[in-house]
Amino acid sequence: MASPLERKIKITGPVVVTANRVADGAVIYRDADGDWTTSLDAAAVATDAARAHALIAEANADDLRAVGAYIAPVELTEAGGRRPGNLRELIRLSGPTIELPVTFGI
Amino acid sequence: MYIYDSIDRTLVAERVAEFRDQVARRLSGELTEDEFKPLRLMNGVYLQLHAYMLRIANPYGTLSSRQLRQLAHVARRYDRGYGHFTTRQNIQFHWIKLEQLPDAMADLAAVGMHGMQTSGNNVRNITTDQWAGVAPDEIEDPRIWAEIIRQHVTLHPEFSFMPRKFKICVGAASHDRAALRIHDLAFRLHRNAGGEAGFEVMVGGGLGRTPYLAQTIRPFLKKCDLLSYVEAVLRTYNQFGRRDNIWKARIKILVHDLGAEAFAKEVEAEWQSIKDGPLALDAATVAEIASRFVYPDYEALEDGPPELAAARRADGRFDRWVNNAVANHKKSGYAIVTLSLKPEGGTPGDATAVQMDALADLADRYSFGEIRIGHEQNLALPHVAQRDLPAVWRALDALGLATPNIGLVSDIISCPGLDYCSLANARSIPIAQEITRRFHDLDRQRDLGRLHINISGCINACGHHHVGHIGILGVEKNGEEFYQITLGGEADDHAVLGTLIGPAVPYAKVADVVEDIAAAYLDLRTGPDELFIDTLKRTGIEPFRERVYAAR
Amino acid sequence: MPLVENGRIVEDRYVRVAADGPIPERVPIIVPAQRFLAEADSLVRRDGSLGVDWPNDRRVAELEPWLGHLALIALNFPKFKDGRAYSQARLLRETYSFGGMLRATGEVLRDQFHFLVRAGFDSFEVKKPADAAVFAEVLARYSVYYQPGADGRAPALRRRLQGGAAPKVRETA
Ligand code: HEM
Ligand code: SF4
Repeated sequence: MASPLERKIKITGPVVVTANRVADGAVIYRDADGDWTTSLDAAAVATDAARAHALIAEANADDLRAVGAYIAPVELTEAGGRRPGNLRELIRLSGPTIELPVTFGI
Repeated sequence: MYIYDSIDRTLVAERVAEFRDQVARRLSGELTEDEFKPLRLMNGVYLQLHAYMLRIANPYGTLSSRQLRQLAHVARRYDRGYGHFTTRQNIQFHWIKLEQLPDAMADLAAVGMHGMQTSGNNVRNITTDQWAGVAPDEIEDPRIWAEIIRQHVTLHPEFSFMPRKFKICVGAASHDRAALRIHDLAFRLHRNAGGEAGFEVMVGGGLGRTPYLAQTIRPFLKKCDLLSYVEAVLRTYNQFGRRDNIWKARIKILVHDLGAEAFAKEVEAEWQSIKDGPLALDAATVAEIASRFVYPDYEALEDGPPELAAARRADGRFDRWVNNAVANHKKSGYAIVTLSLKPEGGTPGDATAVQMDALADLADRYSFGEIRIGHEQNLALPHVAQRDLPAVWRALDALGLATPNIGLVSDIISCPGLDYCSLANARSIPIAQEITRRFHDLDRQRDLGRLHINISGCINACGHHHVGHIGILGVEKNGEEFYQITLGGEADDHAVLGTLIGPAVPYAKVADVVEDIAAAYLDLRTGPDELFIDTLKRTGIEPFRERVYAAR
Repeated sequence: MPLVENGRIVEDRYVRVAADGPIPERVPIIVPAQRFLAEADSLVRRDGSLGVDWPNDRRVAELEPWLGHLALIALNFPKFKDGRAYSQARLLRETYSFGGMLRATGEVLRDQFHFLVRAGFDSFEVKKPADAAVFAEVLARYSVYYQPGADGRAPALRRRLQGGAAPKVRETA
């Protein structure tokens, strides 16, 4: 029988595995070498459930470096780059959509 | 202001040492995230979208200038130069690094501050009226009782792993400025027919997915019984509150499921067995705590000094601000000054390190070194001599803290929403910002009068949308941001939950809807003296609903 | 799973008996709650220390008639976050004056130690050996307490009145 996790994974388009870095909370993505990167363009993209499952399993096993790993949608651009697949992921990648308070003098 | 003694300081220092060890064990892999998470949460450390977030408690919303300066320091040194004041009189830093957290906490501990119990399933920061101790309409300073409860529940051995978080509020004024009825447990200090002061006990309030207002389970509790009663309520909840479903775990569900009467019976039975034990408060204990609240050495001053009247005549902007942001103080010749953290286009509740430092200096100069935080996400200088108001205003104006919009449509309460929060469905802050831009004309705002808008980015209701005159709740529809609009909520003495007016509207339309609602009010009101909320009560939501949906 | 008592790792003297099956003679035993309630009359007459394993969703008031015969009550933390047994422990100690051992079982980790001790536990089935090894050290983390607990320590409110606090240094915090 498939594990609950496997059964849950249904993929309708390209996805990446993302998490936050333990030491500083920064947004990170799983890359093809089994490492983590802060660049979405360097992330490993999965297009089928098996690959996505493998990525998330590896990511979950890396409790020392990453927290809260999950599968997130991504769009592939014509130039071969990646775009976040939804607003939440866009905000995670590029920061708040609002201007941060002005921080003069620091 | 409450003066920490060696016991308070020792505890906070020991807590930092413990947390330093826990962080080290997490970074070395000795603790898994599952094990570490409850520990960090007990210290106010969350994980948001971009980074960790640190929430610092400001017990009962009182801050010293020294503490505010230290918050500025932490904002600069460990964060991005600003902090966010919340609806629970706390402050949050949104860009903190786990590796640096122990140092940040040690710096805060140096001024008696900490993140203990600002998260996790324990008793959270005790809140009260932000005007406690200075409001003319209070019977006594509720902070003394809040402090007694605070000490009692800090690192409480029995109540650190309850079914869910637990929020306690204490009020003592005839007008409720602390939103008592939306708390898990609330105490309202009042006098009984015999003239004795005691507490009305309310339990089971809370917003979130299933909002309830607290119900009174005891009209009068003697002061000496405060702690034993708190203990009995918490013990009942800790044993019988639901733990199988996080959405049904708050005490409000237990109170609702059992019925307030049956719940009260459980509590009273438990209370009877402990009320005469070690928790009974004797006069000496209360006096000891009360003695460590120091009050300013006020000058003997008359109300309405001539220099104030002259300044008001001379400068219309100043006059408008005085009308809007200055409130009566219980001491003649003094005033309570509210500082708006809601500038046009700003993020509600955010303050920069520069503002915090400057404000600390102003507090030292004009407010006996004291600052308050209110649940509307504004700050206050609680003891300003009326003759100093012109100087204070000039300084605040230069700092961007004198927008005369307190209680008006642009004084919006908002949670961080999808710009920061990992639980969010939709953004809150840009919605608030757009509304403040639409209503940037202060005359128009003043004409609209008292009107509270509350925005939450998801059903957790951190922005108290259920109790906003206009409540805005972010939901998600097919991956797009949508917002449900409720009307008629109120948080104060007549606490009531708002009513949903119809289908959710998309992000780009929210500010239009608010404008429609405002226009409907101007058409419907009997005259400028009828407040928005009163018109709404008279007409019901129907004419507002029609106005909003006719156009779409 | 190491057992800690009196601040040290010790050998467990108790034998856990099953819901059915034989009950050994003379050795100390811990009996599941259901069986205990069904067979309490004979169990209390048996030779040898008697303990009961009590779930965290049953009122401890049910144990009241037997408390004088019980040498140990094992209370359970199915999860670190499930804190019902803290209330059970305090009720047993403070309301029912239970004087036997209170054992914490289940997910017992180092960061609970001081809560457990203060709630009245004095026997700990610690999940991780590394945590058990530092039991005493962890307890030494805190030297002041605000509230009275089941461990009889003086809380801050009282210490201040008795002048037991370090000198009151008045300093604005
Ligand atoms: C990382 C950011 C935050 C997270 C993860 C978070 C999470 C939550 C959750 C899950 C609840 C619902 C609890 C329940 O019903 O059991 C809640 C309630 C609440 N939050 Fe937040 N929150 C965050 C930020 C804030 C902020 C910034 C404020 C103030 C502006 C705030 C104020 C509140 C209040 C007042 C409630 C109580 C509503 C009630 O009584 O149910 N929170 N929060
Ligand atoms: S209401 Fe929702 S989106 Fe807003 S801060 Fe709370 S949890 Fe986050």
